[in-house]
Amino acid sequence: MGGLVGYGAYIPYYQLERTRIAGVLGSGGGSGTRSVAAFDEDTTSMAVAAGRVALAPMTGLTGPGGQPGRACVRQLFFATTVPAYADKTNATAVHAALRLPADALAVDMAGAVRSGVGALVTAAQSAVPAMAVLADIRTGLPGSADERDGGDGAAAFVFSGADGGAGLRGGVWGGRPPGPALPVLAEVIGQGCATAEFLDRWRTPGAAASRVWEERFGEQVYGPLAEAAMADALKQAGLTPGQVDHLIVAGLPARAVSRTVRAAGVPAEAVAGTYAPPLSDRIGNAGTAQPGIVLADVLDRAGPGETILLVVLADGAFALALRTTEALARHRQAQPVTAQIAAGSTALDYATFLSWRGFLDREPPRRPDPDPVAAPPSLRRTGWKFGLVAAKCTRCGTRSLPPDRVCQQCHAVDEMTPEPLADVPATVTTYTVDRLAYTPSPPMLMVVLDFDGGGRMRCQLTDASEDEVRAGLRVEMTFRRLVTAAGVHNYFWKARPVRSGPGKDE
Amino acid sequence: MGSHGIRDQVAIVGMGCTAFGEHWDKSTDDLLVESATAAAASAGVSLGDIDAFWLGTMGSGVSGLTLSRPLRLVGKPVTRLENMCATGSESLRNACYAVASGAYDCAMAIGVEKLKDSGFSGLVGSALPGAGDDGKGDTTAPANFSLLAPAYAAKYGVDPAELKEVLTRVAWKNHQNGAKNPRAQFRKEVSKETISRSPLVAGMLGIFDCSGVSDGSAAAIVVRAEDAHRYTSRPLYVKALSLVAGAASGLSDPGYDFTTFPEVAASAQDAYRQAGITDPRAELALAEVHDCFTPTELVLMEDLGFAERGQGWKDVLSGRFDLDGDLPVNPDGGLKAFGHPIGASGLRMMFEAWLQLRGEAPAERAVRTVAEGRSLALTHNLGGGPGECVSFVSVVGTERGPRGGSGGSSPQDGRAGGSSPRASTERGA
Repeated sequence: MGGLVGYGAYIPYYQLERTRIAGVLGSGGGSGTRSVAAFDEDTTSMAVAAGRVALAPMTGLTGPGGQPGRACVRQLFFATTVPAYADKTNATAVHAALRLPADALAVDMAGAVRSGVGALVTAAQSAVPAMAVLADIRTGLPGSADERDGGDGAAAFVFSGADGGAGLRGGVWGGRPPGPALPVLAEVIGQGCATAEFLDRWRTPGAAASRVWEERFGEQVYGPLAEAAMADALKQAGLTPGQVDHLIVAGLPARAVSRTVRAAGVPAEAVAGTYAPPLSDRIGNAGTAQPGIVLADVLDRAGPGETILLVVLADGAFALALRTTEALARHRQAQPVTAQIAAGSTALDYATFLSWRGFLDREPPRRPDPDPVAAPPSLRRTGWKFGLVAAKCTRCGTRSLPPDRVCQQCHAVDEMTPEPLADVPATVTTYTVDRLAYTPSPPMLMVVLDFDGGGRMRCQLTDASEDEVRAGLRVEMTFRRLVTAAGVHNYFWKARPVRSGPGKDE
Repeated sequence: MGSHGIRDQVAIVGMGCTAFGEHWDKSTDDLLVESATAAAASAGVSLGDIDAFWLGTMGSGVSGLTLSRPLRLVGKPVTRLENMCATGSESLRNACYAVASGAYDCAMAIGVEKLKDSGFSGLVGSALPGAGDDGKGDTTAPANFSLLAPAYAAKYGVDPAELKEVLTRVAWKNHQNGAKNPRAQFRKEVSKETISRSPLVAGMLGIFDCSGVSDGSAAAIVVRAEDAHRYTSRPLYVKALSLVAGAASGLSDPGYDFTTFPEVAASAQDAYRQAGITDPRAELALAEVHDCFTPTELVLMEDLGFAERGQGWKDVLSGRFDLDGDLPVNPDGGLKAFGHPIGASGLRMMFEAWLQLRGEAPAERAVRTVAEGRSLALTHNLGGGPGECVSFVSVVGTERGPRGGSGGSSPQDGRAGGSSPRASTERGA
């Protein structure tokens, strides 16, 4: 089996305090917070955010033929229960935004919570370098347990590929010694699977909420399935339950999860570390993405040579055993899950949350409906629109945003080279608050920003309040869904404040 | 710039202008008929006497048929054109060149816009199919222009509260002037308190910092300068016409600081050179400028050379540009109070120059500079926004210069030193 070479989780900036639910509805809610995808996020945009983090170790590396390291990724599997489109593949937008090679496979595994672990295992077992991206937005009717306990987020994992090909061989990314080394962070050492058809949780396409059978029923059915999968994975890994350092049990059926944790027989500290706050109290259960987010959290702090048993309960059970390597400590994701949570904002009020999720229609600005984007122009500018790849004049070095053919500085014609800017930080040079513009969440914050190293762009600022925007604000680029018009999602990039480290909540 | 200009080769001999406002009872056709017949009557001609027409409208119609059909013109050339908010001026510029070329004896420039049928506040953009990846459709015009205010305050060390007073005074002045104008959309004075406390639209701009959204039309009759006295005893000679469409790099060039419109400065310099103006502040009797939003007028004062860089805000506060100031700006109320039907605005500005320079403005808003002997007026019309715009500047006057009337034999004015017309320094791209 191959190994994990990159991982990343994405926790949205906004968190809803559960007490706000009772504050409006008079009952329900509870303590703690849940994570909330902003009005301009969907599962595709969050998948991009997590995928960018997971691919970070490949930045600066070179693959076959001198391509960027990320060009070695041969497969992308995108799992979600809330695909932005049906019929049309959503993984292609993720693929474009991550600037993966055109000859790589990108497919959706959409519809069920179980697809998350499906994507993870498929990528882990792939013979070629592959990545799994898991994203979810959990909704429920106002006042429901699903609304309270759900969470939004994404996680992504890059695996080296089991053997040969263009993948990892002998610690060399791209199989081309003397190429740059890309170490394995965790090895997959065992797995176990159980599949069963029963009515636990379901949703007809288009429905606003899921339905669930009595939880005690699920608890009884899941129990033996989980135990069988765990036993198989541990046996294959050559481990006893007592040798598990980190147990993760993910799944929406809460009672079955609790029972499985108890039945696993792992040391108490293996459980405590995984289920300690802030995960449970702050972000809720992100469904399809939940196993990925919790795994990322464990990888954020696991020591070398430690074992992880990941169990997912969804229409059966799946267990995956991993062992970390010494390289993990040097290649963790830049922003740990806990730091992302700490940097979030709890300023979101319940009415705004409801309007973002489509449960509360608010009066729009008295402006024309936005125009839908057109297919041919979008195709022509895929590199810019999805990848934020600008151009750079090879004669004078001036960056051109968007990529134009004539240099604005030296007027050279057709002497441009691609210039990816998605990962380049920028500074707000000026800004305004537009109270008239059409936006699903007014007012619109518009900034003019200058990238480090040159290049200017006008775009929207997101994940920020009106009082935060100022000239001099440091920002990073984030892939968002600007607006949906005539059934077409307009994906493009916005800026958001750099919020490094904990304690930045204002 | 490599322009020769057509100083004193053509003249405006008739003008018409409708009232601007919410004309629920008038169509685009009605407005066109009204301004076209008024202009023709003003010049003492019939529509059939006019050889060619240039119609400016941003979105109230396409093709020359938009004009030829309601006027039932038979066998006439009619061109419909558009250059954003400078559309009306662009129609005048083209009509003037057509007459100067000798192709026609008599041409009409006419502009119209019917904005109030859309049902929306503000402008409604045209829906070109796009990729939605340039930020253009996202923000509104007030938001784009609002960027000028904080940038200006920061660069020149003006306290934001004081700058708000400056902007308020621009709006207050233009409403004062508009109150004296029966054609204006807003015909009452507005207190500074009402202006400064109006609900915010974008940045520090409130509703009263924005120009009126309106319907309207204006038209001008252009003939050769030597023929002008056959139509009127007081023609307006065209001294300068300059248009600059910028490279639109302000939003992609970190060197741009949002305190100026380089396109305006360039078109003003070009126009002054064409007209032989060396000190616009002392030579112009009045200026009609594109006050789409209050900070625009502030910045224009500096770009047009009416104020030193960084000092314009003081000149605004001192009343220099008031109706009774040294250089009255927007004595008709401007876009702010007269209203802004896009395609008509450039010609509406010219209409005020027509009235003021000919001594036909009502006494309560007649500028004293004309009585004191100044005979030149400037109109400035802008489309787009900070960082990417088109700018038009014209100069007109009641006196025909000594070098005029030579039928185009003098492509440059005397001060250009007689060098080859093509020898101008930079060509740009």
